[in-house]
Amino acid sequence: MASLNLVQILNGLTLAALLFIVASGFTLIFGLLRIVNLAHGALYLFGGYIGYSVTLGTGNFVLGLLASMLFVAFLGLVIDQGLLRFVRGFVLREVLLTLGVAFVLNDIALVIWGGDTFSVQVPAVLRGAVRFAGIFYPTYRLFVLGLGIVVFIALWVLLNRTRLGALIRAGVDDAEMVEAMGINIRRVFLATSMLGASLAGLGGTIGGAFLTLYPTADSEILVFSLAIVIIGGSGSLVGAAVGALLVGMLNTIGQVMFPELAYFVIFGPMAAILAFRPLGLFGRAS
Amino acid sequence: MDRRQFLKTTGLTVAASAAGSFAAPRIASAADPIRIGLMAPLSGVVAAGGREIVEGFNMYWEERGKKTAGRPVEVIVEDDAGNPDTALQKARRLVEQAKVDFLFGNLLANTGLAVASYVKDNGVPYFIPVIAADDLTQRNRIKNVIRVAGYTASQMPRPLADWALKQGYKRIATISQDYTFGHEQCAGFAQVFTEGGGQIVAQLWNPLNTADFSPYIGQLGNLKVDAVFAMELGADASRFMKQYADFGLKGQIPLLGAQNFTDQSVIRTLGEECDGVISSAHFAEGSDNPETQKFVKAYSAKYNKMPSLYGFSHYSGAMWVDQVIEKLKGDISNRDVFIDAVLKSELTNSPLGRPVRFDNYGNPIYDVYIRKVVKNKDGKYWNVPIQTYPAVSQFWTYNPEEYLKKPPFSRDNQGIKK
Amino acid sequence: MIDTMAAIRRSALGFVLVLVIFGVLPLIVSSYQMTIANEILIFALLAMSIDVLAGYAGRTSLGHGALFGISTYVVIYWTSVHGGSAWVGCALGIVAATLLAAVFAAFAVRVSGVYFLLLTLALGMIVWGVCLRWTSVTGGENGIRGIGRPEIIASPTAFYYATLAVVLLMTLLIWRFVRSPFGLTLRGIRDSESRMRSLGYGTAVHMFVAFTITGFFAGVAGALYALFNNFVSPSTVQLSQSVEGLLMAIIGGIGTLFGSFIGAAAIILLENFVSEYTARWQMVLGLMFIGTMIFAPEGILGALRWLTGRKR
Repeated sequence: MASLNLVQILNGLTLAALLFIVASGFTLIFGLLRIVNLAHGALYLFGGYIGYSVTLGTGNFVLGLLASMLFVAFLGLVIDQGLLRFVRGFVLREVLLTLGVAFVLNDIALVIWGGDTFSVQVPAVLRGAVRFAGIFYPTYRLFVLGLGIVVFIALWVLLNRTRLGALIRAGVDDAEMVEAMGINIRRVFLATSMLGASLAGLGGTIGGAFLTLYPTADSEILVFSLAIVIIGGSGSLVGAAVGALLVGMLNTIGQVMFPELAYFVIFGPMAAILAFRPLGLFGRAS
Repeated sequence: MDRRQFLKTTGLTVAASAAGSFAAPRIASAADPIRIGLMAPLSGVVAAGGREIVEGFNMYWEERGKKTAGRPVEVIVEDDAGNPDTALQKARRLVEQAKVDFLFGNLLANTGLAVASYVKDNGVPYFIPVIAADDLTQRNRIKNVIRVAGYTASQMPRPLADWALKQGYKRIATISQDYTFGHEQCAGFAQVFTEGGGQIVAQLWNPLNTADFSPYIGQLGNLKVDAVFAMELGADASRFMKQYADFGLKGQIPLLGAQNFTDQSVIRTLGEECDGVISSAHFAEGSDNPETQKFVKAYSAKYNKMPSLYGFSHYSGAMWVDQVIEKLKGDISNRDVFIDAVLKSELTNSPLGRPVRFDNYGNPIYDVYIRKVVKNKDGKYWNVPIQTYPAVSQFWTYNPEEYLKKPPFSRDNQGIKK
Repeated sequence: MIDTMAAIRRSALGFVLVLVIFGVLPLIVSSYQMTIANEILIFALLAMSIDVLAGYAGRTSLGHGALFGISTYVVIYWTSVHGGSAWVGCALGIVAATLLAAVFAAFAVRVSGVYFLLLTLALGMIVWGVCLRWTSVTGGENGIRGIGRPEIIASPTAFYYATLAVVLLMTLLIWRFVRSPFGLTLRGIRDSESRMRSLGYGTAVHMFVAFTITGFFAGVAGALYALFNNFVSPSTVQLSQSVEGLLMAIIGGIGTLFGSFIGAAAIILLENFVSEYTARWQMVLGLMFIGTMIFAPEGILGALRWLTGRKR
């Protein structure tokens, strides 16, 4: 029995909101640095574990969120300055190096937190369900939906109304030109890297509360992020939002209506876009 | 806990080449150690249960001073990662490289089946207290695969279905992990429930390690059912129960579960979302049977938590095999004799509190409790028996020969009476 | 064939080394270690199929694990579920892998670089998703158990030598392929696609054919694996299979062909060795990736060649 009702639609939307938060970081890095950061999923998971531990230890969810964002931003810095700098310019090497980083991070997390599944504790005000329009819906998932929208607005403002944002957008369009104008593009790249990473960390703590954290969560979120960014177009915020909506809704509908084709429903479009319109729906050639 | 044994490094060593056959059992002398290969998922969706397999197993041997019948006991632990390919590789390594005397363990049915098909060819005894795939003691019986302190998947839910009928439930939906264990548990339930006049309104199947149950819960909320039967293990069980409560279904639709669903390894991390869930099993940590309580107290003292099915079954499984080894005075070099002795033996003095024997097909017969999750006096949740169904075998009330003529349970064959 | 005498001598040396080392192994190691060597041979072939595409056509793929695994599925399904003969099953498996590679290739033919990597990754994930969820055919999470090998290759030693023979034969075929005029065109495309196109070569057709051919070799490896492992499950087609195969090719040296044997041996032996002492194999694998990318992207053989001043 499968019917698409308000609950299912909200399920898709709230999942999309989480996916957007994570994918937005990924698309910034891919768009500007042209690096497919295959460690993005591991950053999500690691951030989530940090958020979990800090929330557990301090009893404060917001502290957990901040801790995960800061720590993962720092991780992003270390990876960029400590490792990626040795393979700059060799795109495939960069990609494969980040893959190695993903393995290492995942294993370190396994050592520190073990193989159990953890759930980030949410504050009491976000627990329970809301009644409206004849349905019960978990408050926390609605919070995630709201947060996704807030992050979208914040990033949009950052990209379109601040100097850094202007530099990032210019860099996405034409990095050499920006450098020729005397701007230290390296620093812009670094800031973007750290911002993208911190978004992954934020996603981890947020996601860790309703999807839980476990050792294979990183590759799952990574492939979703890949699909979203490819479909939406690298470097495009709107693309990430549209991609996240598509993937989130398709995933939920797929589970309900065509369980056998659940993965095809996401990777089919991704493959089609890569083959016929590699820039994605909203990407632009540089 | 016994960590992995350190072995000599593999390099180019000059050795007599085995004539293309797998290692034959060594002729043991009295003081030779007995080497046991224990496999369990130490990572993945059932990592918590896997760790308890190791803990329960080791607890038994430590109580015995790590020896039996005058021979020291070595336990070599391998992680099967909840993955059948990995389980197969580890089993090969344990048998061919570490040369263990017998294999024990695994948790997920698909890993157990992979290892079982491997030992079928080489005759190594394989003891499975938790692997519950029906056919291993039914149509595809492998002589050297033995369920000490184990059970078949469809054995336990049948009394629960009977109980459900008696509560007046007429319409039930099932949700389960989409693999053999799930298929067989649901089928056992569906079989008895529909034979008693009940209706299985819908059956939902989710992949192992589903993080987001909202699509499924959305569907369940729409059906008009009297109860939901949930067959989930490990992390999937905790996530499902949490999300079931989050979506407000907990107060509305009674939740029935397989024994793994409300297992200690799951409910000890949960809050009121698990309160009141009904399940059926041969083991209940809240039972007031003195042997059971003695075990629960000892386990809690040692590991700071109450025992789960996984810890209990491997403790009892080790006990069962050990009792046989003692009887054979430590000589397990003849595999056929060893296996026969196990099949004819009776487990006594175990945490179950009553003796247990095998039926004619190598599966034990148990008294099954209908259990309810409640808070104990320390404020922790545990399973307490509310009713007992005596002497339940893997065949329920059916005639074994007739039963075996029917096709095995699968995702498509759920035993539903037409 | 177009090549220098020195290059041919080097390749012949490679053949002989592989033949001698692997041929003599069963006589001096235990039967368990022989099965490890058997596994190395099978995965060397998978790594070679990736190497041909990456090293000679300049396209790095993360989808060959799926091609490998689909062959395994077909062989096991044909013999276990369908009850057919193993030989026919193997043929069907190889055909399946080749056809699937053609489908992949149709998508991927105009794409290169990172996009090619991601596209093959996505296509591989689709295959994995199908194998995981199409329970009625593939058995889903349970996988499918095989029914053992035909009598003539049933014993581990017999199968080992059969594998060695097949892998050596495939190596020879690959070697001839990359040194043929077609192979040289491929290298031209790798080095400068626009130039080749302006010279009138149909680059898309060449890529398509090359991809499909590498699918054939991955399929042979997959069929051997079916007979070796006697079991198949979604892990056989999952992304990590492609990743490990790629790493084997890289560590051995992309574009060196024989490097695949070294890469496969390095990874498999290391995994067995490391796993005896610690559970941290994943970290070791990750560090190897990082280290190779930073210090030795040319791989072991590649670095050797560079050191001795030889060019490709």
